[in-house]
Amino acid sequence: MSNPSADGDGDMLVRVENLVKYFPVTGGGFIRHTVGQVQAVDDVTLSIPRGKTLGLVGETGSGKSTLARCVAGLIPITSGTVTFDGRDITNLPRRVMRPVRREIQMIFQDPYGSLNPRRRVGSIIGDPFAIHKTATGQERKRRVQELMERVGLNPEHYNRFPAEFSGGQRQRIGVARALALRPKLIICDEPVSALDVSIQAQVLNLLADLQDEFGLSYLFIAHDLEVVRHVSDAVAVMYLGRIAEAGPRDPLYTSPRHPYSTALLSAAPAADPDAAASRQRIILTGDVPSPIDPPRGCRFHPRCPKAQAICGEQEPVLESKPGDPSDHVTACHFPVEAGEQLAAAGRRETP
Amino acid sequence: MSVTELEFEAQTAEAAPEQAIEGRSQWQLTWRRLRQDRVAVISLVVILIMVVIAIAAPAFAALAGHPVDATYPDNGLSGAGTPVGPATHGFLLGTDGVGRDLLVRIVYGARISLFVGVITTAIATVAGVSVGLIAGYFGGAVDAVLARFIDAVLAFPYVVLALALAVVLGPSLTVIIAVISFFSWAGISRIVRGQTLSIKEKEYVEAARSLGAGPFRIMFIDILPNLLAPVLVLATLYIPTAVIFEATLSYLGLGIQQPTASWGNILADAQNFYQQAWWYVVFPALALLITTLAFNLLGDGIRDAMDPRTERIFAARRKRRRREQGTPLAEGELAGTSPGGLPGGGA
Repeated sequence: MSNPSADGDGDMLVRVENLVKYFPVTGGGFIRHTVGQVQAVDDVTLSIPRGKTLGLVGETGSGKSTLARCVAGLIPITSGTVTFDGRDITNLPRRVMRPVRREIQMIFQDPYGSLNPRRRVGSIIGDPFAIHKTATGQERKRRVQELMERVGLNPEHYNRFPAEFSGGQRQRIGVARALALRPKLIICDEPVSALDVSIQAQVLNLLADLQDEFGLSYLFIAHDLEVVRHVSDAVAVMYLGRIAEAGPRDPLYTSPRHPYSTALLSAAPAADPDAAASRQRIILTGDVPSPIDPPRGCRFHPRCPKAQAICGEQEPVLESKPGDPSDHVTACHFPVEAGEQLAAAGRRETP
Repeated sequence: MSVTELEFEAQTAEAAPEQAIEGRSQWQLTWRRLRQDRVAVISLVVILIMVVIAIAAPAFAALAGHPVDATYPDNGLSGAGTPVGPATHGFLLGTDGVGRDLLVRIVYGARISLFVGVITTAIATVAGVSVGLIAGYFGGAVDAVLARFIDAVLAFPYVVLALALAVVLGPSLTVIIAVISFFSWAGISRIVRGQTLSIKEKEYVEAARSLGAGPFRIMFIDILPNLLAPVLVLATLYIPTAVIFEATLSYLGLGIQQPTASWGNILADAQNFYQQAWWYVVFPALALLITTLAFNLLGDGIRDAMDPRTERIFAARRKRRRREQGTPLAEGELAGTSPGGLPGGGA
């Protein structure tokens, strides 16, 4: 995989601009009224290059899945725009959105919850054909069995129920369903986090093969940094509904500039024990603040080892820092320098 | 997990070669479990017999040689003008107040009872499922209106209102079916609505939406199959309720009218003779009791069979039966409990 040379307007399949998604919090007894907003995604701008993979990382509650659902058009967007293949698809009515749905598919996290337990696999994978009326009868069955074969399932299992498959096989069913209409973009919402490691690799390799074969673009969401590193061309790090840092994979992994990315990377377990021993782990203190009432200024400042007065007052701009390539952007007043040790209160040597 | 275990068990139990490829549906598993449940099987057999009797009612009349509406004032009534008892003058269950064959009347009554029970339950189920799905899936204002309407229907004092409607519209089979259906759908709706509310949050519903499925496709293809189990149980339990409801209306004189026979109107007439003719009360009441009991027990059996946890009970029972090598179950249970010396042993 190569780094995207996409600086600026290159060949982008998806452009997300200033996307905001607030969920109203309602209260009161008899008469419901809005008492607050969960700021799940707040002013996110990113783009997904054609035929490439954008990895999206962040801890639970950072707004990754909400962002994915906004891009997929599954939930209405509060403000901002989503452009797909040069076309504005922001909050289109269902009927207008229908043809676009053929181009954007999703793979879900839970291989148990994402397949209807009362329907046979053949009919689940055949659903896209039935909904878009592209194939019927024997033709549909033939294409479903082709898909099953392509994702590594036995086509004779056409009449089985999801409960008769293992987690990895079920995720392959989900992949086959997403692939059925030959989409341009597949949004993978933590597609492997429910699988065990040996199965994860199989599914990831399948996704990579399919990308080469069909020229797919992926928006790949995960909290496992190594998985994201394995599959992504570019990576965006989210924290509390905002992009903290985004850029091509290698510079971001080798020299992260945002203290949050640095802490996140230092917390990931390393496969090599020697490397692990030589690393420093930055232990963040405190919890992720509530997205209902996020901190002023930089959202990370209450937990940031480098925070200064300005961080609590002024929102840092997501911009390229001196010395970084133009597509490596960081939202931080005091970006981490190469070789810098983060002197956090909670820092300690890895045992 | 448990389903795959069941699957394994099912395959080893039957070892049919094609089972390795053809998956067992939830319904096949339920049927397997239902067959293990003696009470449910007996209930099912009783219901089937009742259905056969109802369908074959004219044959009963022909065999007895007594048409349903024919009165036999000569040998069907005693000198005092009261009904004759069972097995006299060729009347197997005796006669009714005007000298008609009680057996033939009861058999014809089964037609009405089962017809009303099944038809009203079918109407109530279709209406209840539709309203519940729409309320639960769309939510918001649609749900608010429909849910309040369901509450309102459930809050009616239904016997009083049914009587009032029957009086205003005049008693007829159509009115009875309409009235009973109207008071039955709301309970099903409420259950379906609740289930829909939870199922619509499942990822596979979101997956269907991401594929571009419309609301009605999602409701009927993705959500409904997951609701069928509770709906089937409810429907089975609604049939006896409808049978009783029909009997109640007929008993009160606002349902099926003479000379058409119905268990309700037979019982209503019987109350004039209960001191002289016990059979006149007992046999129609028994028919009503057996039918409703069978439906209720079958409903319970289906509910248990749908619950995967029940499988363990049956598995344990099968194991015990196998161990005891054909010893009848009741004795086996007694033998199992008495050595423990528990007071009130396991009942």
